[in-house]
Amino acid sequence: MLKIEAVIQPAKLDTVKEALIEAGIDGMTILEARGHGRQKGHSEFYRGREYTIDLLPKVKIELVVNDEMKEKVVQAILGAARTGHIGDGKIFISRVEDVIRIRNDERGENAI
Amino acid sequence: MFRRINLLLLLAFLVFPAAALAVAPALGPSPPATQAQIAALQQAVREAQTSGDNAWVLVSATLVLLMTAPGLTLFYGGLVRRKNILGTMMQSFAMMGLITVLWALVGYSLAFGAGNGFMGGFEHAFLRGVGLSPNPNYGGTIPEQSFMVYQLMFAIITPALITGAFAERVKFSSMAVFLSLWSLLVYCPMAHMIWGVGGMLNVAGGRWPVLDFAGGTVVHITSGVAALVCALYLGKRAGYPHENMPPHSMVLSFIGAALLWFGWFGFNAGSALNAGPLATSAFINTQFAAAAGAIGWVISEWLQNGKPTALGAISGAVAGLATVTQASGFVQPMSALGIGLAAGIVCSFMVFKIKRFFGYDDSLDAFGVHGVGGTIGALLTGLLASGAINAAFGKDAAGKPIATGAIDGNWHQVVNQATGVGIGWLMAITGTLLLLFLVDKTIGLRVSAAEEAEGLDLSQHGEEGYDFNG
Repeated sequence: MLKIEAVIQPAKLDTVKEALIEAGIDGMTILEARGHGRQKGHSEFYRGREYTIDLLPKVKIELVVNDEMKEKVVQAILGAARTGHIGDGKIFISRVEDVIRIRNDERGENAI
Repeated sequence: MFRRINLLLLLAFLVFPAAALAVAPALGPSPPATQAQIAALQQAVREAQTSGDNAWVLVSATLVLLMTAPGLTLFYGGLVRRKNILGTMMQSFAMMGLITVLWALVGYSLAFGAGNGFMGGFEHAFLRGVGLSPNPNYGGTIPEQSFMVYQLMFAIITPALITGAFAERVKFSSMAVFLSLWSLLVYCPMAHMIWGVGGMLNVAGGRWPVLDFAGGTVVHITSGVAALVCALYLGKRAGYPHENMPPHSMVLSFIGAALLWFGWFGFNAGSALNAGPLATSAFINTQFAAAAGAIGWVISEWLQNGKPTALGAISGAVAGLATVTQASGFVQPMSALGIGLAAGIVCSFMVFKIKRFFGYDDSLDAFGVHGVGGTIGALLTGLLASGAINAAFGKDAAGKPIATGAIDGNWHQVVNQATGVGIGWLMAITGTLLLLFLVDKTIGLRVSAAEEAEGLDLSQHGEEGYDFNG
């Protein structure tokens, strides 16, 4: 089982969500995040003082999927989230030790 | 035959009235019934005038209270960080409670009682002798209690303005004690000197008559300079100036500023204490200065930083309003435009450059806007006060207004205004410093470092302004 975390532009959330559902994903967790990679922030001026805002709003999507789904999900995200500009985001993939459904104690791939 | 009747009728019409007129003086003056009727009519006229004037003053009182809450609470509240919003709002709201009680018990008497040239006495403590009939010294057509409650709203907002200087770092209890004492020991004497009967700066009979229509010196200079003293005494917020501390909600500040503009019509035009043409003059000057102030600041900022900000626009409007306060019932409308523009440019320069240069943390620019605005407004009043708008020094034998400001030829008034400014600064500096010292050494003023990091909402009030998880 794999955990797929994708940090994307907030404006792309709806498109990515639809693409994932179309790819057969049942569940996901969405978090509001702030951050930056090589994308520079911007300056704001308040009462003559310059503030550098380098933590930009992002959205993070977390999914746990079966190993077979990996490439399909990655392609769905890439297709929906890519604009070609700096700031598009990144996808991280890691291994998950176990998944447990809280409602009925199902474990493993059945619980995904 | 008809010609004969006509002639007779004509004779009758001519003779009878002539006879009546000839006889009338012998009948004596109008009878008591007519006298009573005339007296009743005069009373009705007085009541009609009172009703118009009182209605306007009472409405103005509500407008000025609106300036404190929600005006100032939102304006200041939006400018601080999220963790301090309730704390900031509570500071102004506390004034609404505390100053009201103090004013009723003793404040009104200390400000507007007879007393001496410096301070009123205790003759009106507990509002003794302050009833519903007019006091000819304080708005001769409205109940004195209307005047009292209107002035109360000024007494409330003045200390509330100071809270902008020590935002995000002062204990609620200490703030309450400090500002309560400040209002009695700095605001009341200043109000007495300029507006109270017998005050040494009173335009009518004072040693140095100062023109202060709605409180440029009494409110803005005292609070603005006190704010500077507080900022210097208390020191900077932890992390200032390297940490980013932008306003957490420009939306709230915007709404607050709009409410301040709205309420300021009560602050200035209500100070006419009647609903006549003087109120109109003050009303117009208020609007013109606010607009010109916003434009002045925006242009100044646009040229310097490349973009006009919402914060700049609202700050400019407030600066214009604060600066025109002293002049509002004395100057021509075109002067108000000039006053507003000057305010926008000077105050923005003050905040962008001077504050940065000296490095003090006047967090919400109470000194930069109110202290500086009030000062230039007081001096500009000396220049631009026009007898045609307000014959503040009376009229001569021919009925022409006596020269009021420099624009009328009375250059000496600028000296008088400067005297008022000097005394205002002096009162504010000494009174504020004394009280800061007193309160700090007894109960302490500043919150601890941990409390400051946690935020006032939680540390002082055990509450959170926003609950995003609710």
